[in-house]
Amino acid sequence: MNGFPVLSAILAIPVLGAVLIMLLPAGQRAAIRVVAAVSTLASLLLSLGVTLAYDRAAGGMQFVESVPWVPDLGVHYALGVDGISLPMLLLTALIGFSAVYASWRVEERVKEFFSLLLLLLTGVMGTFVATDLFIFFLFYEVVVIPIYLLIIMFGSSKRVTKEYAGMKLTIYLLVGSAFLLVGIIALFVQGKAALGHPSMDIASLAGVTYPVTFQALVFALMAFGFGTLLSMFPFHAWSPDGYAGAPTAVSMIHAGVLKKIGGYGLIRIGLYVLPAGAALVAPVIAVLAIANVVYAAMICLAQKDLKYIVGYSSVSHMGYVLIAIASLNLVSLNGAVMMMFAHGVMAALFFAMIGSLYQQSHTRSLPDLGGLAHQMPRLATGFMLAGLASLGLPGTANFIGEFTIFVGAFRVYQVLTVLAVSGIVLTAVYILRCLGAVLFGPRQPQWDHLMDLRGPEMVPLLVLGGAVLLVGILPSPLMDLINLGVGQLLAQVDTLRMGGVL
Amino acid sequence: MPYGLLAPEIAVTSLGLVVLGVGLLSRPRPHPAVRVLAVSGLALVLCWVALTFTRQASFFGGVYQVDSFASFFRLLFLSAALLVLLMSGRYAARFGPRLAEWYAFLLFATAGMMVMAGSGDLIALYVGLELMTVSFYVLSGYLLADARSAEAGLKYLVLGALSSAVMLFGMSLVFATARSTVFTAIAAAVAAPAPSPPALLAGIALLAAGFAFKVAAVPFHMWAPDIYQGAPTPVTAYLAVASKAAAFAALLRVFLAALPGQLPDWQPVVALLAAVTIVAGNLIALAQTDVKRLLAYSSIAQAGYLLVGLSAANPYGLRGVLFYAMLYVFANVGAFAVLTLVEVDTGGTGLDSFNGLGQRAPMLAMVMTVCLLSLAGIPPLAGFAGKFYLFAGAVQAGYLWLAFVGLLMSMVSVYYYLSVAKAMYIGPAERTAPVTVPSPARLCLWVCLAATLAIGIYPGPLSALAQVSALLP
Repeated sequence: MNGFPVLSAILAIPVLGAVLIMLLPAGQRAAIRVVAAVSTLASLLLSLGVTLAYDRAAGGMQFVESVPWVPDLGVHYALGVDGISLPMLLLTALIGFSAVYASWRVEERVKEFFSLLLLLLTGVMGTFVATDLFIFFLFYEVVVIPIYLLIIMFGSSKRVTKEYAGMKLTIYLLVGSAFLLVGIIALFVQGKAALGHPSMDIASLAGVTYPVTFQALVFALMAFGFGTLLSMFPFHAWSPDGYAGAPTAVSMIHAGVLKKIGGYGLIRIGLYVLPAGAALVAPVIAVLAIANVVYAAMICLAQKDLKYIVGYSSVSHMGYVLIAIASLNLVSLNGAVMMMFAHGVMAALFFAMIGSLYQQSHTRSLPDLGGLAHQMPRLATGFMLAGLASLGLPGTANFIGEFTIFVGAFRVYQVLTVLAVSGIVLTAVYILRCLGAVLFGPRQPQWDHLMDLRGPEMVPLLVLGGAVLLVGILPSPLMDLINLGVGQLLAQVDTLRMGGVL
Repeated sequence: MPYGLLAPEIAVTSLGLVVLGVGLLSRPRPHPAVRVLAVSGLALVLCWVALTFTRQASFFGGVYQVDSFASFFRLLFLSAALLVLLMSGRYAARFGPRLAEWYAFLLFATAGMMVMAGSGDLIALYVGLELMTVSFYVLSGYLLADARSAEAGLKYLVLGALSSAVMLFGMSLVFATARSTVFTAIAAAVAAPAPSPPALLAGIALLAAGFAFKVAAVPFHMWAPDIYQGAPTPVTAYLAVASKAAAFAALLRVFLAALPGQLPDWQPVVALLAAVTIVAGNLIALAQTDVKRLLAYSSIAQAGYLLVGLSAANPYGLRGVLFYAMLYVFANVGAFAVLTLVEVDTGGTGLDSFNGLGQRAPMLAMVMTVCLLSLAGIPPLAGFAGKFYLFAGAVQAGYLWLAFVGLLMSMVSVYYYLSVAKAMYIGPAERTAPVTVPSPARLCLWVCLAATLAIGIYPGPLSALAQVSALLP
């Protein structure tokens, strides 16, 4: 694929799809769905192709594209992928593809729905392949507004109204991003003073020696911004309400990949550019991570709405990612990236199953449901798969992630890691309780009218379920890739450290 | 002297006179050609300015400057005037037999703005300023039957005259100290590093107050919401966009060309004004339920962002002012164009007039959403790149706190901008008929949308233009 801008193509295809959808008449629902499915499939295939074609022997940033964009700010339209961004890109493409099928039964305003969804996907994928800070931020915020519109137009009001949920999510994320932006601007100004020319290239900015207090300040700003997106305690409140209000596809993408931008940003930008700041702020993040794991899991125990359970559970699981990042070593960071991938696939599968159920039952409340394995065996399979992955059963991708994280984190934070492991027990309690209440028990005649998954609804189950098991049973291809990416990133940080930076 | 470079000012003024004459000849109903004449004339002048952009000259011993700074703002005013003329078609039918004069006053105001941007002397500046504001006094009160419009005209007259007086007093104090009204001579006369004399400081303070009034910076903003709401909507659009940009052009000229030596005196004051304006404008806008008034408060906040660039007083900040002023034209005129069409269609400007617009007119709803989000500074729309420049300048100048305040408040502003989006997309629709959009207005909408997206995604060209045009202390 020499010379062909394959990453730009991956980003452009959904945008073209969205434009095409906008041009189609609103009545052509089938055509609109097909366009959305085809464009996400094309992105998925290209992402898979890039992952396979990535030269592991050479490592580093590959498929690099760089075009001068804003000369006097030193901005380049620069894309590239390495071992950290590839799994995230693949994850986004997988979930995006599944999300289209999970939304196959959207009947109203189909045109708006799929065009916004495709724009959203471009934004998310863009953040993972951008190697220029300005371009990264451009993509980073692209995602917020389509999500707001999707929630208010297609969401559901249960405990809170969808308008409230959408606005809460938007304002939380935007306020977080305002702090992040202040940090980015400060970094840019400091980098320009040190380099002598303006630059927004993440690697160039990482090569600059910043004063330690400055690093700590900017890293704290980034931890606030990215932490809000990663639903770090105490900035997590948007997440359960937002997921509950959002339509299925948005919950899938949001819990599946959007949150991961937070973790990815902390590693790719925070840790890489500001290692000394990261070292100073890490203990605080580690403590907050435990609050995530334990506090959110406790809340899960008391939830009755399926979406709230998965919502708080994802807040809880992000605590693992946070403590892994705070541990700042190769093993823990490998675990963090693996966990982000695994959790993304699992959460998306969970939300897809909840969506398929809610579509027909119009309730997500545990006391109302029961015995659904009788009527919907395929759906029950999906639920079980997602649930067991969620509690980290060996054989699922999540086990690999969690295990690696605990091994890495235990070297640094013994007590906190032990507390974090308790999260697994709590997860088992609430997940098994939830699965039992929904799927098992005597057959309930009131649910006899429910149809099992069929046709397009099977796609999320097969694609995402397959990914959970495949990576769980055969983790090494993905893990090696992550290890390569994280290892090279840490090696560069260490080189800087040897160079007298720290 | 290459008087050809003054052609744009001369042409726009003559165009105004011709339009006035044609209007007089074609009584009682103005001939439709009047509008065509005004639009095509402005378009020709715009092309002329773009073609002669790189040519520079100084006239009458520095009293009048044609440089890239002036040309940049000429482009801005002419684009704004063109867009406003394009979008005002159906609304302007309300002006009845006085339509031709309306076009003429709009053109005179444009000429005044161009003089302000090109002035190299306090008197020339004042003449331009008065030509602009007197035209706006008339334009604001143009709907004679509407009490609020008449009130707006009167209010603007009284308060505008007051602020002009304050500014004139400031100019006289500066003149008393510097013994000249030409900017370069003032700069040379007061350049001494010794502390500035009290008379000069008082002059600067009065000038700053006068300009703060003209750009509607808090606490000199009280006039703006009532006048913006009362004036005919296309006039409000022009007032919010072009008259603000003109006041900024003059402000930059005076403070950077005439008073660069006093930078330490005025810089913190401007920073404070910027912060207060951003905070107050955005917070009050949160409580608005009328879109016209909401846009009025939002444009107060936008003035605050532009002031951030001046307070930074370094290349990034000052390029940012130009960059932002230009993108603000497209974003704000786009929003006002949708508002005008909705007002013509529904008869109101309240949030409820926008209910269901997403279904009735998807194009209008999309333009409105994009333009408002650009004003909020959401990437990848133009506003983000502009705010990046402004706040990079502020941080470079040491105003980290200002960046915090500005960026946080711009995220707060998303709340009220999205309330409009919410009404458009999920508001209960009482009407279902599609909104008719005449083709000139459609052109205006497309231009605003395309420019907002293009500048946001690929800011390179505009940033290069701002780079060569920015005035530096």
